Amino acid sequence: MYAWHFTEMPYPDHPDPDTVPSVRVSLPNKHFDPKLGADLYNRYLDEHMLADDLGLNIMLNEHHQTVTCLDVAAPLAAAILARQTSKARICILGNPMANRADPVRIAEEMAMVDCISRGRLDVGFVRGVPYELFASNTNPTQTLERLWEGIDLCVKAWTHREGCFNFEGKFWHKRSVNIWPTPYQQPHPPVWITGSSDKENIREVARRGFTFAMFLQPYEKVKEMFDAYREATIYDDPEEARRHIAYMPLVATGETEEEALGFAKKVAWYLGAKTAPQFRNPPGYVPISFNVSALKGGYAGRTDAVRARGIDYLKEQGVMMFGTPDQVFEQVKAFYGHVGGFGQLLMMQQAGHLSHEETVKSMTLFAREVYPRIREEFAFKPANKGAAAQ
Amino acid sequence: MADNNSGNVEFLKIEDVDLEVERRGAGPPLVLLDDEEGLTRESPLVDELAKSFEVIIPSTPGFGRSSRPDWIETMDDIAYLMLDFLDATGVEDATLIGFSLGGWIAAEMATKNVTRIGRLALIDPYGIKVRGPWDRDTQDIWFLTKEEVQVLKYADPKNGDIDYTEMPDEKLEVIARNRESFARFCWQPYMHNPKLKRRLHRISIPTLVIWGAADGVITTDYGKAYAGEIPGARFEVIENGGHFPHLEQPELFWEVLGGFLADAQQAA
Repeated sequence: MYAWHFTEMPYPDHPDPDTVPSVRVSLPNKHFDPKLGADLYNRYLDEHMLADDLGLNIMLNEHHQTVTCLDVAAPLAAAILARQTSKARICILGNPMANRADPVRIAEEMAMVDCISRGRLDVGFVRGVPYELFASNTNPTQTLERLWEGIDLCVKAWTHREGCFNFEGKFWHKRSVNIWPTPYQQPHPPVWITGSSDKENIREVARRGFTFAMFLQPYEKVKEMFDAYREATIYDDPEEARRHIAYMPLVATGETEEEALGFAKKVAWYLGAKTAPQFRNPPGYVPISFNVSALKGGYAGRTDAVRARGIDYLKEQGVMMFGTPDQVFEQVKAFYGHVGGFGQLLMMQQAGHLSHEETVKSMTLFAREVYPRIREEFAFKPANKGAAAQ
Repeated sequence: MADNNSGNVEFLKIEDVDLEVERRGAGPPLVLLDDEEGLTRESPLVDELAKSFEVIIPSTPGFGRSSRPDWIETMDDIAYLMLDFLDATGVEDATLIGFSLGGWIAAEMATKNVTRIGRLALIDPYGIKVRGPWDRDTQDIWFLTKEEVQVLKYADPKNGDIDYTEMPDEKLEVIARNRESFARFCWQPYMHNPKLKRRLHRISIPTLVIWGAADGVITTDYGKAYAGEIPGARFEVIENGGHFPHLEQPELFWEVLGGFLADAQQAA
């Protein structure tokens, strides 16, 4: 199993959420101090460089118009880290394909970063969370269609090697695509896709051999989705399938239980980020059946029900993993058992007001005292070719 | 399929769309295009109209129980399909009335072909961009809270209170589909077809545009500009009526609409 350090690069010094309708989408940017922003960007990049030193991989993402995430262009952060790190794999999870104007531009950006990093890039694509649609103005009923059409065009741009090709799809028209550079990794970098509840979409991810990632969900839900992936996977070797399954909890590791709890409470800031209800569920983003429940008062957005529960519940469910190194290891192990195994542990180890010093301590403890045990316990076993042939 | 609140309901195949069509009353044909929330068809106005017309209420694709194939993407697609629907029904000299989104669709249809349409009434229709790129002609109903939208939509916001908790799932599904389809067609460009304004001059039949004075989503100025693009169109304002003036001020509304229908029929 591999572990990846992640932060959304938050801007936690915003007005008291009780005084504003939302910290996403509509919070006026007069509350953004660019001098503080400069400090934060450099600090978060330093922490990613520390991840590289500690032997952890790096995960990046992007969001827009929100205090939870100052990384508004993951390819830019990836480009910086491609130069400033040397060992870590760098996973963008992901490029918000449905909300980007041009998939071919993404193919070019990823190919360039892949070359600069000498093949250390993993390229994720996401449909984008509901509130992104207010920044991008993407039609909420078409995000999945745009996601897949964009991925097809991007992958074709990476892999087509004999001059220009033509594409006239529903959302994009190109008559002469022929990108320079190509990706460093051939035929193309590993592709990742996130999902939360749409099983047909997960099966599509599995059929293409892409890595499937889930974030911050209770283990029963995670198992259901991982099972859907495993049932549809193209990999005969279960270990190869497991390599393509990823999960992200919030992770905080402390020397003592008390210290870890303190870290965890700060990181949990992310789960409470106030979002106005209309931004959480634009019409058409989720299926009709969800909105029937919403009309009856039973559904307020995909993740709200989980996040409204307390920190103990989140720990029990594996949405958060925190404690001493031993305890964190045991929580990873328990979650692994609950969900039928997975191969990539994505860790939001920084959020909210968790300071640089605290983040460094948590990351370092994890990397030195938890990660070696995880690497050993959940090592990928070589394929048993004989068994597969039978 | 008939139940207590409706007349005869049938499904017509128009191209590959299964179109839900309800008919009430008898008389000359009157095609009513409902608002995006499906409120008008349940209002007493339809009973009033059914006294002197055969009221034909087709659900446009994606609304009510009409299907919505993927190729239906724009108001153009819907307008042409609804013209095909008129051809399929064979109506002649029909009165076409549209409310809100239904008004927009009716306007689109009338810019394309009025062979089967004798007169047109539009009630607080969406559909055009009046002012410049920095001006918000139509308030952003998806950005605002439910409560804020209700204040904009109704002269008395309480008139917009609906209790969904006791409704059967079948009805909630229709409501959820209506909302989804509304976003599908109106998210971007937001609530307008950039081409429509310059086509409105093609409407060559008697036209009445009715506006709720208290419509805060699209204001009376917008309505005036809309009517101003249609040659000879009458523009009438309903005091103390919001975006659905026929629901909030039924008597005042009927005076205006009933008069127009009587005049038009006499002239015909």
